[in-house]
This record gives sequence, structure tokens and C-alpha cells, in this order.
Amino acid sequence: MIISVASGKGGTGKTTIATNIALALSADNRRVAYIDCDVEEPNGHIFLNPEIEDTREIFIEVPRINDEKCTYCGKCADLCAFGALLCTTDSVITFSEFCHGCGGCQYFCPVEAITPVPKKIGKVEKGAAGDIKFARGCLEVGAALSPPLVDAVKSRVTSDITVLDAPPGTSCPVIHTVRGTDFCLLVTEPTPFGLNDLDLAVQMVRTLSVPCGVLINRAHHGSRLIEQYCQREQLPVLQTIPHSKRIAEAYSRGLPMIELDKQLENDFLQLYRDIEELVANERNNHN
Amino acid sequence: MKEITIISGKGGTGKTSIAASLAVLAENHVLCDCDVDAANLHLLLNPYIETKNNFWGMPRVEIDTTQCNQCGLCEQLCHYGAIKAGRVDVLCCEGCLVCYHACPEAAIRLVENLAGQWFVCGTRFAPFVHARLGIAQDNSGKLVAQVRKEARALAEKEGKELIITDGPPGIGCPVISSLGGTDLALVVVEPSLSSIHDLSRVLDLTNHFGVKTAVCVNKWDINPENTMRVEEMCQEVGVPVIGRIGYDPAFVAAAIKGKPVIQMVSTVVEDIINLWHCMQRELGI
Repeated sequence: MIISVASGKGGTGKTTIATNIALALSADNRRVAYIDCDVEEPNGHIFLNPEIEDTREIFIEVPRINDEKCTYCGKCADLCAFGALLCTTDSVITFSEFCHGCGGCQYFCPVEAITPVPKKIGKVEKGAAGDIKFARGCLEVGAALSPPLVDAVKSRVTSDITVLDAPPGTSCPVIHTVRGTDFCLLVTEPTPFGLNDLDLAVQMVRTLSVPCGVLINRAHHGSRLIEQYCQREQLPVLQTIPHSKRIAEAYSRGLPMIELDKQLENDFLQLYRDIEELVANERNNHN
Repeated sequence: MKEITIISGKGGTGKTSIAASLAVLAENHVLCDCDVDAANLHLLLNPYIETKNNFWGMPRVEIDTTQCNQCGLCEQLCHYGAIKAGRVDVLCCEGCLVCYHACPEAAIRLVENLAGQWFVCGTRFAPFVHARLGIAQDNSGKLVAQVRKEARALAEKEGKELIITDGPPGIGCPVISSLGGTDLALVVVEPSLSSIHDLSRVLDLTNHFGVKTAVCVNKWDINPENTMRVEEMCQEVGVPVIGRIGYDPAFVAAAIKGKPVIQMVSTVVEDIINLWHCMQRELGI
């Protein structure tokens, strides 16, 4: 079972929820892995304190021009869809930060003047936090290319249950995280910001055909904003966590929520059982 | 003309609430929302749309099965695994067009790709440019560049002296695109361990691109000790901390009412006014 935790908006509590699900399941003697796919700003380690056992650097291939062979015909620069090459009368300049590593320039070069050289875009770290298997990706600062790193970290660890912590937003890095997962848990908060971004996230998850449900974080009395939306969209609200300054303070110190309140541990286990049931129903409907 | 770009390592630190409040305080300016992935500033500004424009992303490729002789070259050349059994998976495609250029049968077509929309709006505070990236579209960096270009053109046309830009979170492609050529990056941070961790990465980024940077701590009183840590950290790298804003439920209440928090009765009003004065000094305006 692979569960992705996403949100549209940042700061809704994805990492808190994802790490607490992993902790609660692990406390219940389930084999679980937590993978931090928020490669721009990974935070899960703050709550799980893993020991990193293995680090692997991740590269893409960018072009290197051999000046002895290059005729400055300009074909590579014309073909590059990302503007990563600039050809002048006597040189070809490469902007490797724009390069997506498609290999087109090398393939089309008529005089074989281009060789691919590795460029580090980040690293994937693997380890364990107690019995929880742990992995995270860490994007090199100044590298604009996170999807290949997301794919790399996602494939590094597996377990009976794998929880993927997604980056915020709804574009490439999130899509690379959520696609292919069994279920996407969308974390939101009951404000117009939360609702706006939840709606975008729901559309994104539906595009990927991944079943999803909603967790309302920092709920306060009186607001039915998210519930009404979920009812309209026929989305299950799987859990509601009340707004609490105590939880916010614990969070600021990097303390997991379930350590504050034993009841929350049971709530997270129940959340997992509900997800399991929804996924099973979904599979039955498809068969 | 000057531009302030408000960013944060972690999302949800209060960028948009602060941007909207600065919109109230500043004069003779244009507003710009570069968080094209999950734009929120419009929710506080109640804008009326003046022009709506299409954003064309990189063209999609499509295989014409009547022309294709299934040689498999496209599949072999695609570094993203986006072509399988003669079909293109648009969600994997990066738009490099290698397959299009390489196909010996010219069986691959380019299809126009409506990747989003951008809007020029009026608000009760200032003209406003924002955008919406289509669902599951890439190219957010390119759309950010477009939005900033339009905001700049609008400011020039209307003789405005300042652009206030609400940026995206993180350190990736859209943030990099939001920072180039800006006059001041204001980094909003919360005193939580996660936010502090992200702050150091964001400061590396602004340093990497040589952008003048200042920091503001939001909800500073949630954890005064961590606030001190932020301030020490910034001092070490020579970045000024120019504001502290207290924790106040007025932020959420304002969002629910759809207005900038500075228009609420709250203790944070003074904090934000002080922040604005410091930003003016940093910018020399």
C-alpha cells in the first residue's frame, strides 16, 4: 500500500500528518516506510530523527561541447527546447541550469562534438527511524529540476506500507510524487486559502486517477467550508484535527503529535484502516 | 522602478497575508502573484478582471498512427519514458521535442498546449497581475516569467514605482524564476524547526543568485527561543531581520473575510507597519 500525502497549499500540515501516520503504524508493529518527496524543502527528518545509512548522489546528463570538433553550425541551440545552449560564431555556451537532460543536442549534432557529462541535481538519503524505513531527496540549491530527483527517491525504499510526503502545489514535482500511488490523502485547513488550493489538488489527483480523501487540519468551530465542498465533490472527509496552540507549539519544537495525545495515535490507525477500506472498495469497483 | 518579492522556504508562513497588507500600505504600485501553482493573493484583494489571456505552454506531441511505422526510435530516444507502445504519456513528457525532430516518418505532430491563463485586474488597492497554471501542467517557471513581465509592463505604462510580488514557496524552478532581477527578497519565516531548516536553504538560494535579502519572522511569539535562533542565523550570514510579527488569530479571520490582515483590529497591525518602514529603508524609497 502506497499512500501519498499532498495538499495544494504549503503549511497545511502534510509533513506532520505523514510522519504521524508512519509513527502510529510503526507503534502498532506494522512495517512502514516514510519517504520525503518534498525535495526542495524536506522536513520529515525533523520529526522522525532518522539515522542516515546511505547517501546516493543523483545526476542528469548535460552537454559538453568539444571545441575541436564543433563547427558552430548552431543546430544544437536551434533544437534545444529549453534554451540551454547558445551558439555564437566561435563558441557554444551551455546553460546547464536550464538543461533537462533530454540528450537531443548530442543526438542531432552532425559532427559528434557533444558528449554528455553528469551534473549533480541532488542526493537521496536512506536510513531508518526506529523501525520506520526512511528516505528523503534533497535538491541541490540552485537546481531547477526536481522531478527526476522525486522519481529517484520514490524508488529507493519500499515496505508493506509506504507513506510519501509530497511537495506543496499541483505541478511537476507533486505529480511525480502522487502518480502511481494507491491513495492520496489531501491535507487542508478550513480557510478560503485552504479551500482554493484543495480544489486544485483534487483536480490534479483526479487527472492522475488516484483515489483520494481529505483530512481537515486546524479545524475551528463554526467553519463548514471544507465539509460543504467535500459533500459537493463526493469526497470522504477522513479525519478532522482541531486547531490547537499546544499542537502548534509542539510542532515548532519538532515533536510528533501522537506524543502529545495517546488518543491521536488511535485516530491515525483508524485513518489508515479507513484508507485501506476505500482502496479495497475502489479495486472491487474496477474489477 | 523597484520590485519586492516575498518568498519563504516553507509554505503557509504568511507570505500572502503580508503581501496583501503591504498592498494596503504602499502607494503607487502594482501587485503581482507569482505563486502560479496555488495562487491565493486574489482571495484577499477581491479583484475584477480587466483582461484574461491564454498562456501557451510548450507544445504537446502526438503520434499520427497512420504515418507511424513503429520503428521505435522515439521510444528509444525519449529520456523520460514518456513514449510507450506508440503512445505519448503527456504527464511524463517534458516537451523536449526530440521525438518530433527525430521521427524518420514525420509521424509526430505538435499540438498547441493551453497551459494556463493570466489575468490583469483592478483592485481597491492597485492594479494586479496573477495567473492560473492548468491542472497537471509543467512550465510554472515560464508562466512566472510571463506574469512578472506583464506586471512590469503595466507598471511602466501607468507610471508606478513599485511592484509587490507574492512569490511561491520552496527553492525550485518557480522561485528561481521569481527572483531574477528583483530588488529585495523578503523571506517570511516561522519559528518552527521545519521553517528554520528551510530558511537556510532559501538564504543559500538568494545568495547563490546575488539577490538582496531581508527576513521577517511571523508568529514569532509561538516560540521566542527559535525566533532568537533565526535572528542569530541571519546575523551569521549577514542578512538583516527587519520584522517580527506576533501570532494572532486575526490572520485566519481576515482570510475568511477576504481582506488583508492589516485592515483588522489586531496587534499585528503595528508589527506590519514597522516591517513596511524597514522594507522602504532597505529599498531606499
